Amino acid sequence: MSEPLIPATPPFTEGLAAGVVRYQACESCGAWQPLQRHACRACGSRQLAWRDGSGHATVYAVTEVFRAPTEAFQALVPYTLVIATLDEGPRVMGHADPGVAIGNRVLASVFHHDGQPLLRFTRR
Amino acid sequence: MTAAETVTISSNHSSYVRGVGNTRFGRLPGSTPLTLMAQAADAALDAAGLARGEVDGVLCGYATTLPHLMLADRFCEFASLQPAYAHGMAGGGATGGLMAMLAHDLVRAGRCRNVLVVAGENRLSGQSRDQSVQTLAQVGEPGIEVPNGASVPAYYALLASRYLHEVGLDADALSDFAVLMRRHAAGHPDAHLRDPLTLDTARQARPIASPLRLSDCCPISDGAVALVVSAEPGDGTPVRIAGAGQAHRHQHLGALDDVMRSGASDAAGRAFAEAGCALADIDYLAIYDSFTITLVMLLEEIGIAPRGQAVARLRAGEFETDGALPLNTHGGLLAFGHSGVAGGLMHLAEAARQLAGRAGARQLSSRRHRALFHADGGVLSSHVSLILETA
Repeated sequence: MSEPLIPATPPFTEGLAAGVVRYQACESCGAWQPLQRHACRACGSRQLAWRDGSGHATVYAVTEVFRAPTEAFQALVPYTLVIATLDEGPRVMGHADPGVAIGNRVLASVFHHDGQPLLRFTRR
Repeated sequence: MTAAETVTISSNHSSYVRGVGNTRFGRLPGSTPLTLMAQAADAALDAAGLARGEVDGVLCGYATTLPHLMLADRFCEFASLQPAYAHGMAGGGATGGLMAMLAHDLVRAGRCRNVLVVAGENRLSGQSRDQSVQTLAQVGEPGIEVPNGASVPAYYALLASRYLHEVGLDADALSDFAVLMRRHAAGHPDAHLRDPLTLDTARQARPIASPLRLSDCCPISDGAVALVVSAEPGDGTPVRIAGAGQAHRHQHLGALDDVMRSGASDAAGRAFAEAGCALADIDYLAIYDSFTITLVMLLEEIGIAPRGQAVARLRAGEFETDGALPLNTHGGLLAFGHSGVAGGLMHLAEAARQLAGRAGARQLSSRRHRALFHADGGVLSSHVSLILETA
């Protein structure tokens, strides 16, 4: 039996390029998966599929970054990063409007920085 | 109960931290990982009263300034050691504790009699600060987290924002821990940051990633630490490894379900179960402190302080050298310094010295008998707890 290979461009990143937030869900039990997995964390099934999320989310954690890890991001400082809980369940990292707070309802959009599509969450 | 919680190795053997050694931490120009590791190993073997030829196991931590397929072999060749068992290990900041736990099991299983656990690198002088920051940022998820321009301080800042929100505290509650660690480091001649830090200065430090300020972050240091875990205790007060436990619930922030349960309490619970004792029996603390928030979250998840109360305990004097639970009396990563794996191993070395009565000028006035060590790697991802006790 052949196993699916992990594609060169992760489906999450492909989704961003297409303007959507994608997440993995189990086709056996329906459980959503954080990040990208090989097997379902609830039932162990390997039948995982990527779905398009609505982009609606709630801010779980937030930071304003003053010291960037790379030159490309040093140009943006200070910038706001959040971990947002998608309405579908998974948590993802993304940029956000300055001043967002934990618990704020936000909507995802995609912007490009240094050639890379990234998430930005905006207050609703 | 999961399978992992039921596993205990049955053995009649005990393991002892027989000797520890360290180099100075800070900027050590001209040092290399191998020279630093060798110096710390020499000091640990001297303290253990062992000759090179008596070392039959070597575990060595990774070095970001010397990535190598088989660092233990390279180190053993350089240090003229020919053990019967050796390899490198990598578990982020938890590596030192993971190595000590494996050494404990190798000795108890009868595989080895004297295991040298060693780590060190020139993380400060051997690469630029930008390189260090970039290398460390790779503990983030490569497709979903790292591309956002998140650094390790940013990951911990995200954790901090959520944790402080849940327990109802603000950033100022963290500063006290930076001040305490600096005060403890002032008593250690080998510490990186020995200048006093006032609470006002800590709170006015420049922001790195809110709510964390520079004073909430550990420095990047050069330095090395080694210890020998043996089947025989050697001279002086024996210090036994009484229990050990690990937990691995996630790697990345995006897979951490709950900031209240990172895995620290699971690891500590397993260590206490093996040791047959409880938190109430502990009289010394060696807790990982890459950031002030790390220390607060670990203290509270393990149950050393109730949720949101660690800083109140600190302010009541509990973690001072004359308190009920002296904490990181060498100054921790926040002030003694962080040279990667060695930084996390130093907490264990200091705990062993305090228990053995070998802490010199830092020796606590009231002798301690049972220490809890805990470290995490990644973003509270890899957890290891050890319990040391005087035999």
